[in-house]
Amino acid sequence: MPAFILLTVMTALRILSRNRLRAGLTMLGIVIGVGAVIAMVSIGQGARASVQAQVASMGTNVIIIMPGSTTVSGVRGGQGGAVTLTVGDAAELKKRSPLLSDTGWAKRDVMQIVNGNRNWNGPVNGISPSYLTIRDWSFTSGGPFTHTDLERAARVALIGQTTLENLFDPGEEAIGATIRIKNVPFQVVGVLAPKGQSAQGSDQDDVIFIPFTTAERKVFGSQFLGSVGALFASTEQSADLPEAVDQIREVLRARHRLQGEQADDFTIRTQVDIGKVQESTSQTLTVMLFAIASVSLLVGGIGIMNILLVSVMERTREIGVRMAVGAKRLHILMQFLIEAVTLSLFGGLIGVVVGIVGARLTTVIAGWPTIISFDAIITAFVFSLAVGLFFGLYPANKAARLNPIEALRYE
Amino acid sequence: MAPLIVCEDLWKIYRIGDVEVQALRGINLTIERGEFVAVMGTSGSGKSTLMNLLGCLDQPTRGRYELDGLNVATAKPDLLAELRNRQIGFVFQSFNLIPRTSALENAQLPLFYRGLSIKEQRAQAAAALRRVGLAGREQHYPTQLSGGQQQRVAIARALVGAPSILFADEPTGNLDTSSSREIMSILEQLNREDGITIILVTHESDIAAYASRELVMKDGQIVQDVRRAPHLTVV
Ligand SMILES: Nc1ncnc2c1ncn2[C@@H]1O[C@H](COP(=O)(O)OP(=O)(O)OP(=O)(O)O)[C@@H](O)[C@H]1O
Ligand SMILES: [Mg+2]
Repeated sequence: MPAFILLTVMTALRILSRNRLRAGLTMLGIVIGVGAVIAMVSIGQGARASVQAQVASMGTNVIIIMPGSTTVSGVRGGQGGAVTLTVGDAAELKKRSPLLSDTGWAKRDVMQIVNGNRNWNGPVNGISPSYLTIRDWSFTSGGPFTHTDLERAARVALIGQTTLENLFDPGEEAIGATIRIKNVPFQVVGVLAPKGQSAQGSDQDDVIFIPFTTAERKVFGSQFLGSVGALFASTEQSADLPEAVDQIREVLRARHRLQGEQADDFTIRTQVDIGKVQESTSQTLTVMLFAIASVSLLVGGIGIMNILLVSVMERTREIGVRMAVGAKRLHILMQFLIEAVTLSLFGGLIGVVVGIVGARLTTVIAGWPTIISFDAIITAFVFSLAVGLFFGLYPANKAARLNPIEALRYE
Repeated sequence: MAPLIVCEDLWKIYRIGDVEVQALRGINLTIERGEFVAVMGTSGSGKSTLMNLLGCLDQPTRGRYELDGLNVATAKPDLLAELRNRQIGFVFQSFNLIPRTSALENAQLPLFYRGLSIKEQRAQAAAALRRVGLAGREQHYPTQLSGGQQQRVAIARALVGAPSILFADEPTGNLDTSSSREIMSILEQLNREDGITIILVTHESDIAAYASRELVMKDGQIVQDVRRAPHLTVV
């Protein structure tokens, strides 16, 4: 049997190499199909990994509470407009919700920032010091400001990498420098480590943090002292997130005096929710590629079936001769199946190369992250093998069922 | 020992639409081991049909056929294939070599289906080619060989598996006189030296003269069956 398979594979290769153009055209569908499978899995896995990285960059077990209610369609109404969340809410949550390991708050506005003759428009965030720990910000130089700074409304600032690049010359010392935000002088006390893109696609490093009190009194000119842009909280365990969300809702509803049927005047999102939304967009692409892959594999399979039917017809006499010298039906069946599988595996091999190149190009041209996995390559091979077997079966069976005499007489 | 071939009341009826063709009409035939039988008869008399039945390529509509004591008339396709592989060799009028495949690989074919190792297949096929005088031609393709040489490759393929019977349906039908003589002397040698039973269809009496027994067919029946002195007198 091993000799039979080896020789049959060799024969199959010889027959295919004799009709290179025909074989190439036949394989095209498989090539595209397998290429699409590889690209699909690579892009899918790349997207998932980058979403995971982005979600992880938010911090650990983070809960974000934003003012305004959620409509049925999931769109938040009255962002920023409503003054429903306050520093007091944060203090209350910390006191009443034992699952929360930390709470913080922030408020942001885009402002002009000046350093000497350079200026930059970027988001300025008034924050509580706890915000930095919840969101896992670390520093490349300097360090965070303190509670004392918050109480005193000190004019100190922390700057992100993008802001640093736009306000300072390369190599210029930022720590200790004085920058002006809306003409108020601030001393830079910390430079933040880069975080890259957020899950929503914005640059998280284009940022300045100043104490919340300083922001509302000296920079933003808030009408309602203590109103925040968003509250932040975190739990020790990610498993605690759903229960923590319930606790927060309960505490805030009580504090905001919302009754029975009244809708929440705030929206709670966890890190997990945000990751899910992002993954669903990358899934759209995956579904599209899956469609291309299935159609191509189908077309490729039919191509193989077609070429094999032609081959069976062209070689009817040969089949008759083989039967006359003692080939059993199984031998003939195997011969044509092996030919089909050789074709489809060859197509699969080329398809893998095409898929890898395609995935690389996607990264280079479109900037999408891709991960080429061993799994994907194995899957692609299994798929092409299955296509070869499935679509080869009909022609192979047709050959195996030929009557030896009729086959020998075939013109 | 039982005769190699025993046929009793063998019928082969083809049906094409409403028309019934009785290609064989009650053949009774016994052939002993080592015989050299020539089958003659007019075109359409059923010679090829009989060869195909005896060669296990086809099965009778009714009747009994025993090959080497084994009832073949109702055997399953795989058993027939096994018999063709082990017991039977075929030589056809139109050579029927596999195109674009070397003489060696063509001669290997029966052993290929026996599942021998590639090395053994090659060694035995090369020996068979030597036997028919084609040493050195192993790698030639059918198109690179003359008709007589192609038929010799076909004979090598038929004898490579050491069969007990060799069926040759007009083996010289496509060959000139000198090639025909070469082919016949090879067959005659296989019969004499190896004791292979040979059953041969021919239209030419000088080819039939090589045989030690002559059957004449007419309308699907054997109308004459003569044993006679070996061909040596004829050559
Ligand atoms: N597959 C078939 N279907 C229908 N009729 C057939 C078939 N094969 C043979 N026959 C008929 O059976 C009869 C015997 O044919 P066969 O081929 O055995 O003749 P033959 O003696 O070999 O003739 P020739 O000398 O021309 O080769 C003929 O009448 C032929 O038409
Ligand atoms: Mg005939």
